[in-house]
Amino acid sequence: MAKLILSMDGLVLKEIPLSKERTSIGRKPHNDIQIDNLAVSGEHAVIVTILNDSFLEDLGSTNGTVVNGNPIKKHFLQNNDVIELGKYKLKFVAEAGPAAGVEKSDFEKTMVLRPAAARQPDDAPRSTPGANRAAAVQQAATAAAMAGFADAKDATKTVPPAPQPASAPRPAGQPLGAIQLLSGANAGKELELTKPLTTLGKPGVQVAVLTRRPQGYFITHVEGAARPNVNGQQIGPAPHALKDHDVIELAGVKMEFFVKG
Amino acid sequence: MDLAQVLEIASCTDPGMVRSHNEDSIATDAANGLVVLADGMGGYNAGEVASGMATTVIVAEMRQILATTQPNQIDPRTNQTIAARLVREQVLRANSSIYQAAQNQPQYAGMGTTLVVALFYDNRVLVAHLGDSRLYLLREGALRQLTRDHSLLQEQIDSGLLTAEQAKNAQHKNLVTKALGIDPSVEPEIHEYQTRPGDLYLVCSDGLCDMVEDNEISMALQALGGNLKLAAQQLVQMANDNGGRDNVSVILVRVQREYPGARSVMAKVFAWLK
Repeated sequence: MAKLILSMDGLVLKEIPLSKERTSIGRKPHNDIQIDNLAVSGEHAVIVTILNDSFLEDLGSTNGTVVNGNPIKKHFLQNNDVIELGKYKLKFVAEAGPAAGVEKSDFEKTMVLRPAAARQPDDAPRSTPGANRAAAVQQAATAAAMAGFADAKDATKTVPPAPQPASAPRPAGQPLGAIQLLSGANAGKELELTKPLTTLGKPGVQVAVLTRRPQGYFITHVEGAARPNVNGQQIGPAPHALKDHDVIELAGVKMEFFVKG
Repeated sequence: MDLAQVLEIASCTDPGMVRSHNEDSIATDAANGLVVLADGMGGYNAGEVASGMATTVIVAEMRQILATTQPNQIDPRTNQTIAARLVREQVLRANSSIYQAAQNQPQYAGMGTTLVVALFYDNRVLVAHLGDSRLYLLREGALRQLTRDHSLLQEQIDSGLLTAEQAKNAQHKNLVTKALGIDPSVEPEIHEYQTRPGDLYLVCSDGLCDMVEDNEISMALQALGGNLKLAAQQLVQMANDNGGRDNVSVILVRVQREYPGARSVMAKVFAWLK
């Protein structure tokens, strides 16, 4: 369960579990979290918790509610958010405590499924022939789903039903970068960097690769005696982060990297 | 024969973004054309122990044997090269070592590991595997998976319960049906493939193929093939950028030219007579 840690001047005063759907915060005594301080309004704010998500809403308080230094009206609370009410601080700690974390990572760990363990005690034939095979596999799947199979000897643990996508989707808001050639035969030409990897240069002479990562774009030297220059400086062997309007010089051609937004 | 001049090998292993320790273990021996990758499982650090034992035992034993034996010699009993027998024997030996350790020491109970062993010799590669670690081949711009996972998911796909598309979002991705060190005996799946100069082999743990799509792996390998070390690091980085929920390990092996095995005089005569 998510909780709030109330503190003042770095001194922890109280831990409050968010057990209710609505947890009110204010100076008046009927609030779930009463903070007796004149900087706090009578009905200051409320936290609405739905399943694992908690939302903080300011109830038109006189001095306002600040989360992580920013005044807010409504806010979706994230782990370790700090709510400030006057001199008091409320730290929001999300549900994923160590126990939940272990359970989750356990689930994704590779585990062995032994057909022997799924079988009845009376030793069934080792390989199930033809048509029964699919049924056997299905049975194993169901057994696995029910038992968890963290350990064949201890098949009582349940597997949380949390299928994960094959790969996390790329952040949607990631800005698109592009390069424009400044010299050479194709000067003026523009190339959008939509792929995760774009190779540039002449094979056998000098090749570099531009990688698109969640943090932005990077240029890395791949082959050739000399490494490419960025803004007149030769880059090191490690990937080099590109900034808007950096000028790259590679295999005798100059190009400009820019963010299209 | 010394294959260090023929095979270019690069590898990279990383705990990923979520796990605190790395249960994967890799070992390479370019001179003997041997690469081994293991992805351990089991409580606390037992996974690391199992995968570490697997790679150490297999590489050490194989190195010793290959110093005195030609893997391309014909085994008179099976009429095949002895490489397959050697690899299988060492896998079984590693299996009993891990199994024994797990039986004798309570903190290691239930530990095991997946395994891929690839032995390059005589213009071919012999691969033995258990579990869901994989061997891929990039040849002429196409990436092909050479090993078939020993996993519940793969069995569900094979039996028609799931399509490959559904499998991507399925549960139990992590359940393997075969592993090293879990049972007193195990039978690794062994195959042999002809290699060609220019081939690029990729051995990886499920931390890579679960996080990065095959076409992205292929793209990275083709783009960065000129620099294997960088390519290996790039693959790990891509897995981590996509979440890095598991340990990630990759081994890349490029075949630079032909490497026919040394043949005995008798074999040459027989070959000439045929």
